[in-house]
Amino acid sequence: MMVYLTRKAEFSASHSYHNPEFTPEENRRIFGMCNNPNGHGHNYTLEVTVKGEVDPRSGFVVDLKQLKDIMHREVLDAMDHRFLNKEVPEFFSQIPTTENLAIVIWQRLAPKLKAAQLHRVRVYETPDLFADFYGEA
Amino acid sequence: MKTHLTRRYIFSASHRLHSEEMPPDENRATYGKCNNPHGHGHNYALEVTVSGPVEPSTGMVCNLVDLDGFVRREIIEKFDLQNLNVLPEFARSVPTTENLCAVIYDIVQRGFRHAHLDKVRLEETMMNSFEYAGDSELLR
Repeated sequence: MMVYLTRKAEFSASHSYHNPEFTPEENRRIFGMCNNPNGHGHNYTLEVTVKGEVDPRSGFVVDLKQLKDIMHREVLDAMDHRFLNKEVPEFFSQIPTTENLAIVIWQRLAPKLKAAQLHRVRVYETPDLFADFYGEA
Repeated sequence: MKTHLTRRYIFSASHRLHSEEMPPDENRATYGKCNNPHGHGHNYALEVTVSGPVEPSTGMVCNLVDLDGFVRREIIEKFDLQNLNVLPEFARSVPTTENLCAVIYDIVQRGFRHAHLDKVRLEETMMNSFEYAGDSELLR
């Protein structure tokens, strides 16, 4: 019996959108206010959905404590109260958009999950904007 | 890598659920309070989900400015603070949220060129919502 389980977490971080290969004018046109070099911040909400068979002995898809610990170690410790462009290595060379955050968080979590399989990473930048990544190529 | 981006918008409109093909008592039985001849309104919450590869130079599936501009021009300006029953889109159909969801899907599907449309989700109230993905399967 396949069951999907979602765990939420919140973190706050700042970012700035800037591609050094674009001219200053292009950066302003494409990224708008998000191009402010000093950055700006969001309260992000992260939803991690895993799927798996329910273990008949424990009744669990995954031990929630373990999932919470992995999310804290791999994501919150690295990103909470950080400037993503300057403190998270993946964003030294990629723009820290909501789309890329979802992909990077997937890449951090997927290898650490043992019992359950990662199904979806959803990142809310604000309540009216979120990105989903399902590990698709 | 394919990523799915969802943006949420709010608009308010009125409607009356009434079918010309039903006699009055069947209309009342089918639509209940929603058949009130004077209509009533909702604050709708619309979620538009688009997908595509993340463009490496921008980190984006599509520029939100383009999506917001399209939805504002083609959806919000058309439906916000309107009576749905008198609009041409509902000349021949009942403005249920199911039908409104499909109408909005078709408008985005036909007109938005910057990313692939996955689905449209529409909340009529906090307690009910509708999703339409055309002929595609909904991603869970």
